[in-house]
Amino acid sequence: MPVVHLTPNLRAAYPDLRDVDELVVEGDTAAAVVAALDARFPGLGHYLVDERGRLRKHVNLFVDGELIGDRQALSDAVGPDTPVHIIQALSGG
Amino acid sequence: MSAPVLLVGTRKGLLTFTREGDRWALSGEDFPGVEVEFACRDPRDGTLWGALHHGHWGPKLHRKRPGGEWEELTSPAYPDDTGAALEHLWVVQPGHADRPGQLWIGTNPGGLFRSDDGGDSWTLVRSLWDHPSREKWFGGGRDSAGIHSIVVDPRDPDHLYIAVSCAGVFETRDGGESWAPANQGVKAPFLPDPDAPFGQDPHFVAACAAAPDVLWQQNHIGVYRSTDGSGSWTPISQDDGPVGFGFPIAAHPQLPGTAWVVPATADTQRAASDRKVRVYRTDDGGQSWRPQTHGLPQAQAWDLVYRHALDVDGSGDGVAFGSTTGNLWTSDDGGEHWRCVGNHLPPVYSVRFG
Repeated sequence: MPVVHLTPNLRAAYPDLRDVDELVVEGDTAAAVVAALDARFPGLGHYLVDERGRLRKHVNLFVDGELIGDRQALSDAVGPDTPVHIIQALSGG
Repeated sequence: MSAPVLLVGTRKGLLTFTREGDRWALSGEDFPGVEVEFACRDPRDGTLWGALHHGHWGPKLHRKRPGGEWEELTSPAYPDDTGAALEHLWVVQPGHADRPGQLWIGTNPGGLFRSDDGGDSWTLVRSLWDHPSREKWFGGGRDSAGIHSIVVDPRDPDHLYIAVSCAGVFETRDGGESWAPANQGVKAPFLPDPDAPFGQDPHFVAACAAAPDVLWQQNHIGVYRSTDGSGSWTPISQDDGPVGFGFPIAAHPQLPGTAWVVPATADTQRAASDRKVRVYRTDDGGQSWRPQTHGLPQAQAWDLVYRHALDVDGSGDGVAFGSTTGNLWTSDDGGEHWRCVGNHLPPVYSVRFG
């Protein structure tokens, strides 16, 4: 199953995640991984995608080290045991 | 009910000030580093509301009930068939005293949401979303149209006004089942037809609580007042003074002829007029305005005051405002004298007594 690494910036918003370096969840697409995260931590999905399922503008999602190509529907395939990194884009001030 | 507070939403969190003797003192800092676009206290039950906007993680709605802790709620969401997604929670308005649990939220893009269960769930007001004028709504300052003003008539829980940048003022008399534009007399010179029924750019609309048919509007192109519940608007900008462009307007809760504005140099600069921080007050329904500057910087000041960053308390004596330059001023005598509460705050988005 995919292994998700969440940015500490995001973990700070969820006290239950503060000491969690990686999460093993089910899912064979990026969208399914986000849905699995949201099922375990209700509301977390809304931090990553809007209500249309689009990846938020300043969020980056890497599958096996590669930035996903489909930010609209997150259809990128995720293989078993694949690392998924969810990172905030470097932006703002 | 708890002690009075001053809730200050800033680019870097929510600052809470409480009264200590004759001064406001910082008593709390919540959501450090996160934009708080609006915060208020529900006068009906003391619940605090915070409309957050995370730079990375999007808009989030937070609630703090008396005696409790802040909790994140499920944010209002647009139905699938709208194709829209929440961009900003711009204003939270507690509902009528006779409708406990009813709240309204104005959003970008152009949404009005209602809750009837104290904010646990929210529903898009479809009649407004589907209004025939919507295809002509457009953004002002932001890419999408947004709802920033919600006025609930204290005499009638089903009678509301909303203001949209850019679409104008709309009124409902049936609790949001139907809406009519209410922009008679308000010019829109940036449109092909300056007298169009909608498309205006109100920056903020407020009503006199004791005389709710008296409405005040700070518009992109000037200041207006209505004495007939938005049936028509009369321009009340100064012909030869700075009262014209600006963002906020505050209505005296008892005196229907009294209001405050904080003018700025339009719209090419969006900074304090003449580099002086000046509040202007009228006591004759806008026929005349006088500056209230005692205690405010009168040189080298670029402070801009956003539409939610000026407020008056229930007595009409307490007035407060904050600026994009991180200054916060309060007055205990209706603006005659100002005291600086802070000079080095983050840019201020909203100021509300609670």
